[in-house]
Amino acid sequence: MKTITMPSFGADMEQGKLTEWNVKPGDTVHKGEIIATIETMKGLIDMEVFDDGVIEQLLIEPGSEVPVGEPIATLRRLGDVAVEAPPVKAPLVEKSATPLQTDQAAHISSPPPETTATIASQPDLALSANQGHQTSPLISPAARYQAELQGINWGALPAGSGPNGAIVLADLERYIQADQQQLNVTTPTAAPRSIEQDVNTLKMRQAIAAVVSQSKREIPHYYLSHDISLTHALQWLKKYNEDRQPESRILINALIYCAIAKALQKFPAFNGFYQNNQFQPAEQVHLGNAINLRQGGLMVAAIHNAEALSPVSMMDKLKDQVIRAREGHLKMSEMQDATITISNLGDRGSDSILGVIFPPQVALLGIGRVREVAWVEGQHIKPVTIVSISLAADHRVTDGHDGARLLNKINKLLQKPEQLV
Amino acid sequence: MHNTVQEQLTYREAMREAIREAMLHDANVFLMGEDVGHYGGCYAVSKGLLQEFGESRIIDTPLSESGFVGAGIGAAMGGMRPIVEVMTVNFSLLALDQIVNNAATLRHMSGGQISVPIVIRMATGAGKQLAAQHSHSLENWYAHVPGIKVIAPATVADARYMLAMALADPDPVMLFEHVMLYNHKAPVPNPTDCPAMAQAVVRKQGPDITLVSYGGSLLKALEAAHALAEQQINAEVIDLRCLRPLDTETLFASVNKTHRLLVVDEGWRTGSLAGEICALVAEHCFWTLDAPPQRVCSQEVPIPYPKHLEEAATPQVEQIVTTAKQIMYR
Repeated sequence: MKTITMPSFGADMEQGKLTEWNVKPGDTVHKGEIIATIETMKGLIDMEVFDDGVIEQLLIEPGSEVPVGEPIATLRRLGDVAVEAPPVKAPLVEKSATPLQTDQAAHISSPPPETTATIASQPDLALSANQGHQTSPLISPAARYQAELQGINWGALPAGSGPNGAIVLADLERYIQADQQQLNVTTPTAAPRSIEQDVNTLKMRQAIAAVVSQSKREIPHYYLSHDISLTHALQWLKKYNEDRQPESRILINALIYCAIAKALQKFPAFNGFYQNNQFQPAEQVHLGNAINLRQGGLMVAAIHNAEALSPVSMMDKLKDQVIRAREGHLKMSEMQDATITISNLGDRGSDSILGVIFPPQVALLGIGRVREVAWVEGQHIKPVTIVSISLAADHRVTDGHDGARLLNKINKLLQKPEQLV
Repeated sequence: MHNTVQEQLTYREAMREAIREAMLHDANVFLMGEDVGHYGGCYAVSKGLLQEFGESRIIDTPLSESGFVGAGIGAAMGGMRPIVEVMTVNFSLLALDQIVNNAATLRHMSGGQISVPIVIRMATGAGKQLAAQHSHSLENWYAHVPGIKVIAPATVADARYMLAMALADPDPVMLFEHVMLYNHKAPVPNPTDCPAMAQAVVRKQGPDITLVSYGGSLLKALEAAHALAEQQINAEVIDLRCLRPLDTETLFASVNKTHRLLVVDEGWRTGSLAGEICALVAEHCFWTLDAPPQRVCSQEVPIPYPKHLEEAATPQVEQIVTTAKQIMYR
């Protein structure tokens, strides 16, 4: 019997909210299968199971928020004997369904005037809410139940269409619809989402703040930048893309990512974790791709074994990951495993980046804007398309000399794009 | 009898047929009450029965509710199946002691040895300008009491067939006939149109709001439901039929579906059956409610004599529609 616990998606995570179970007791699961969706400050994350087996018990209800490490389910691994496990009860840390404050509850339970009670004449609950402390929004029991069931944080929803702005089922249905149309954010029905977004954005900002503060506090950064000519890479790309449909074409980014991954293989001191005053290089290169989210904030998703990917599969991974990150469907392993981070702000027009390392990683590579510059080659000035690749690295682990060699290696690989395939 | 579908029957005739059938079927059945014989009943339900069954089975009594209800209880204890008619629920208060202290308790107090298989029929409700002493709806008082059953047929089919079920019951059954229903007509029903006595019936299905009613208010609730349908609110209408015991299963299933409850009850609001239903729903359906349960009841005044005030004091279709729309936040 194995107890499955609330996973940690980062050192800064203290608790997670189980949004949805994808399995029920009795289901057979295989390693890598997604068994639940967990909501953290970083967004929704799919939780994988690490063993083959049968789900015995689900110990917490969807909507429950429990600390990291708390049992959430039990799994009978293949080979385990089926036994009746003693029930493990996970205490709730903080329900998003906070009980009504007493003064507000008193208002609700006070009987309406004897003969004339109508919905409109019920006590003005909004007034009592305004007495110095925060309060949950009004929500009908049915809407609240549905919200909990669907893992919606109703405490952050905007006022609804019921009396005194109470959220009712119809509001929730509109909200869920708007949520599903989230990718088409311009539709007016998406409007009720705004407050929810604010809260999530706030949580995410807090998470980012914790990480970058720790980074700048503990990691002695040094910075290098290298202008790299993309003449050869673009020529190769042009030829490669010529006969292909737009959807199967490769973008220059895929080539750059491949070059970075392959270069890191040769410079393992930039690829790994610094923990307990000691650097541990990683065996594979899991490129952490910093993805900015439309609603604000960012997420780092790992591209596993990036050193082994061809530009074509790199392109696929990049596309797939951005879509999933924005929909909130990254896998746990993608959230945890990155051994180095790439920050690509070229699309936004910045020429280069002096990045902040994502601890416990030891380096961050920045990709700037792919741009035309006047380039001197031999005695000639000519227009050349270049990109500035920058490095922020942990001086405890490497020195500037190593960093310069890494950037130079990336440059060399990009001059022979055919070898990246 | 011509049991063709087109032939119409009034509620009054249906009740009379039910009594006739019971008397023909069982020699132990007899009818007793004020003016039930020569006068034919104050609402003409028993008209003609004296001629058909004679004075030994259709018995005019003195104006003494306590006396003749008590006699009925005694007859029931002795093995008869009496149908006792009390003119209106207002007068039944004179027999309250007999009903609550005797009929309702004897099975319990005798350790199950004594049955009181009596059926006590009476008119209830307002609408006929009979003023405060003849117009109240007090059936909820009886529905409060363990040991008796309380039914309120609202349709012609129920009027026709619920009496037999009440007579078959080994314990006292109070049967309430709303005065505004007597002239109500419907095609001659079949026994299959009348489900078991203690079962509530969904008279109209709808997903948006549950209107719960019974007796005289049922027709108003149905009319309101049709008016609501024109405004794209599709109400479900439940006819309780039996006020004790309540068919909570049907009630909860409907509220869990619609998430909204409006009870229409001609009783006064305070301490009403409507209040009991709201409480049950709050207890059992809390997590499915999308709006506070509401009631449309009579105003807390003695029912007035003038027509416009009588109407203003009792639940009306417009008020049901307005309240239902409020519950829908429309």
